[in-house]
Amino acid sequence: MSVERRGVIRKVSGPVVVAEGIPDIKLGEVVDVGKERLIGEVVRISEGYFTVQVYESTSGIKPGEPVYATGKLLVAELGPGLMSTIFDGVQRPLEEILKRAGSFIKRGIKVNALPRDKKWYFKPVVSKGKKVEGGDIIGSVKETPLIEHKVMVPPGVRGEVVKIEEGEFTIEEPVAIIKSDSEEIEVKMYHEWPVRVPRPFKKRLPLIVPLITGQRVLDTFFPIAKGGAACIPGGFGTGKTVTLHKVSMYSDADIVVYIGCGERGNEMCELLTEFPRLIDHRTKRPLIEKSIMIANTSNMPVSAREASIYMGVTMAEYYRDQGYDVALIADSTSRWAEALREISGRLGEMPVERGFPAYLPDRIAEFYERAGRVECLGRPKRTGSLTIMGAVSPPGGDFNEPVTIHTLRFVGAMWALSTDLAYRRHFPAVDWLKSFSQYAEIVEEWWSKEVSEDFARYRRRALNLLTVASEIEAIASIVGEGALPDDQRLILLTAEIIKEGFLLQTAMEGVDVRCPPLKQYLLLKMMMDFYDKAYMLIKRRVPIDEIAEMPVVFEMMRVKEDERDLEAVKELYKRVMEALSNIAKKYNIPQEALSRGV
Amino acid sequence: MSKIYDLIKEHQGKWLKGVREIKGSLMYVENVGEVGYDEEVRIIGVDEKERVGRVLETSQEEVVVQILGDRAGLTIDCLVYFTGTTFKITVSEEVLGRMFNGRFEPIDGLPPITFGERREIIGEPINPVAREYPHDFIQTGISAIDGSLSLVRGQKLPIFSISGLPHNMLAAQIARQATVRGKEEEFAVVFAGIGLRSAEAEYFIKEFTRSGAIERSVVILNLAEDPAVERLMTPRIALTVAEYLAFDLEMHVLVILTDMTNYCEALREMSAARGEIPGRMGYPGYMYSDLATIYERAGIIKGKKGSITLLPILTMPGGDLRHPIPDLTGYITEGQIILSQELHARGIYPPINVLPSLSRLMKAGIGPGKTREDHKYVAEQLYDFYSRGIKARDLARIVGEVGLSPRMRRFLKFADEFENKYVKQGVYENRSIEETLKIAWEILALLPEEELIRIPRHIISKYHLGRRG
Repeated sequence: MSVERRGVIRKVSGPVVVAEGIPDIKLGEVVDVGKERLIGEVVRISEGYFTVQVYESTSGIKPGEPVYATGKLLVAELGPGLMSTIFDGVQRPLEEILKRAGSFIKRGIKVNALPRDKKWYFKPVVSKGKKVEGGDIIGSVKETPLIEHKVMVPPGVRGEVVKIEEGEFTIEEPVAIIKSDSEEIEVKMYHEWPVRVPRPFKKRLPLIVPLITGQRVLDTFFPIAKGGAACIPGGFGTGKTVTLHKVSMYSDADIVVYIGCGERGNEMCELLTEFPRLIDHRTKRPLIEKSIMIANTSNMPVSAREASIYMGVTMAEYYRDQGYDVALIADSTSRWAEALREISGRLGEMPVERGFPAYLPDRIAEFYERAGRVECLGRPKRTGSLTIMGAVSPPGGDFNEPVTIHTLRFVGAMWALSTDLAYRRHFPAVDWLKSFSQYAEIVEEWWSKEVSEDFARYRRRALNLLTVASEIEAIASIVGEGALPDDQRLILLTAEIIKEGFLLQTAMEGVDVRCPPLKQYLLLKMMMDFYDKAYMLIKRRVPIDEIAEMPVVFEMMRVKEDERDLEAVKELYKRVMEALSNIAKKYNIPQEALSRGV
Repeated sequence: MSKIYDLIKEHQGKWLKGVREIKGSLMYVENVGEVGYDEEVRIIGVDEKERVGRVLETSQEEVVVQILGDRAGLTIDCLVYFTGTTFKITVSEEVLGRMFNGRFEPIDGLPPITFGERREIIGEPINPVAREYPHDFIQTGISAIDGSLSLVRGQKLPIFSISGLPHNMLAAQIARQATVRGKEEEFAVVFAGIGLRSAEAEYFIKEFTRSGAIERSVVILNLAEDPAVERLMTPRIALTVAEYLAFDLEMHVLVILTDMTNYCEALREMSAARGEIPGRMGYPGYMYSDLATIYERAGIIKGKKGSITLLPILTMPGGDLRHPIPDLTGYITEGQIILSQELHARGIYPPINVLPSLSRLMKAGIGPGKTREDHKYVAEQLYDFYSRGIKARDLARIVGEVGLSPRMRRFLKFADEFENKYVKQGVYENRSIEETLKIAWEILALLPEEELIRIPRHIISKYHLGRRG
């Protein structure tokens, strides 16, 4: 037993406490503050005193109260029991806090992240005598019906397995003993990892496969690759959270880590209500079985908000290391940045842009750089990926502000949300003119192999048409639509079909909540083929109204919600083509003219 | 005067001198020993008046105190007493029907609440896992809200207004008419006036008295002439009372906070006085978190019958939606009701501009069994047509109505009818949700049926006026 390292508080100002009396205190060390033993982290050391960022409310804390050093850095506990759990920003399970303190969160509650009394059935995959090193899988545990939790040798450990046992264990009981040159190390099913340090891997791999989100505007137009990073900036009411909720519910990631960082309590409550109820489309099991949530709502302590992002990304990396495709969603990174700003202000640091500290871009970069597709450490050889999607809440909806600007430097895709679209209730309000994805070309090969060879061509042409349409719209808003030539009006008509029938995806239930890639392709193909054929008609002097008034035009806008799904799209495709060739007949235009030049 | 001596006697030996400096509302006290952060402070000046303060920063050498209330007449040799606890109020059933000032002292001539529970006004965050997702539709009797921006019990939905618009009238109408259908539970109203003009305060009190709601109300008033620092406490006192009513007495509580802009101004004033680094437009960088500790106190807790529905009102400085006050509020609240000067000028009451307005919890509160199966689709279709109509109106201003295509002209007509029939209604007109939806279908009938692409076919055939003969 080591000597208690104890100091005393000198000054309290909001979440920042200055203390003295522990000469060997380390930067980043976790300390217990005051009689109530609130959790804090040392953020600055000066001669004679040190500064602590406290993760709980400091109301009533007095100078003179004690401070205890724990000797540990801010760590995450990593092991079975993480899945299906909702944590606060410093990895305390909120259900446990509820049991101990009731409906309101009280201070000074100490709870382990992982349950200590729960027994897990451990099944070894290596046997005695095997030489292992950090990252090697030595066994597994059925964490949830969905997740096979791989127990790995903690990074840094190396040696020979001298004992390994199958059976029921708590996480505190050793399942194996590894003998290194100098000592025997007990391996338990969990280990700790300092959250501010990225977990190691063997090497980065190129990104090739898209993360299919089931949201057409994202998958088709602005895709994100597994292992990529995207941000979703938008003013309030533009649907950042709703879009991210949908991605978390309908994407094809193996595991979802959802960080609610400084956002609404009711939104986290919604996820908690929905996740056990919603069925994962791939595995037909409740979504909660593959999810971890962190809720540090806007009224919970600001400094824990800062920590919550690191907690989340560390847990996500841990499952990546097991060989899973993990999707991490952070809503909202702006609140995290504001927490940085508030702490920085209390520390008296020199602000640069809009009060943010000079290291803001570094912190943002460090966070998004933890995304990636990697060859994991250890044997058997495996790959895992961590995809990061972060919401950005720019003040006044103006993207020209530090958090948005710096985030854009470090992500490969931006899903820019538009207030204008939101006012029209066009959701997801992803602005097709402002958004971008550097992954689009990378994942083209996947689409061409898995869906259709001409997908990329349709995608490019549709995006092009939407851009041209917005230019024509600008003119139409001055001269009126009636004054436009018919070919331009056809572009507007097709653009409207694409907006209503393809981009708009607001369903909360039914078939359109998640649109699989093939259906995305078929819908887009139908709309663009319609355009091509109609264009040939217009060139042969068929009036645009003749085409615009066809009933199938309105049907193209609503077929996405038809419960007959793919069948309905295929069937409508035939009827659209028929309707167009009927018009051709009526105007004595030879049928082959319709397909010419397509 | 004897009250002061009683007070001094009561805490004899604990009164200290040692004020080094008084600067605005801040007081620096030296060598007072161990004082807690956020602790409540009593101050007595040579004028023998008692004042209240709060600890902003504490160290062994010096304590910074924020003085609440009137500070004129304070001198360096005033007496200070550190109470050892954070700011608390006493709550009991007795609060109903009462009126208090921004320090929770009675202003209705009745004695203060002495027996009851002492509660910290800062409040504690509701554990997200203890929350129940709000889902009970509140019928306000106002079509624009019920039909397009449905309010649910436990929601926080602010009204963004502009000085001179009838937001108080609207808030009073909501307070008067709000009911949860099928349940005979009346709302208790906690009303917090923050920096309110006395005429406005009187309006509310008159309205509450007239409707008889005053007996189920608690009024907390910080008037425009009252000290600005007290505005920081007013909403917190209101919510502490509301939490007591909702989660101890199991009542459904509607909290009206008006005008939150005055709160934010007071916050900025304090921040400037403390010499903090200003954020956007001089408002402190922590304003988001600070507002959240107020707004997030709304909600429903699992296993408790009561609820807190929060209706903050704020006037947007310069009518600017991007101003930090409405902006940060919108990021915290579950939607917003935006009033428009243009509609008001055209004589439309309530002047709710539904396009930028939003209720995030609407989807959970409407639909079969709650309102009606067609509600969601009708609302979406109305939005779509109305936004097209507004676009048509803008275009007509440039090219003239004759320059519009027949389709655009229909949308324009729709927008006019939407504003005049659906949005517009009387101050004492209380429409049921069925009446609201009936009006909606009437104006939807202005357009050809195949245009109704946001409404499923079976709903159209059941409710469309053209179909029902």
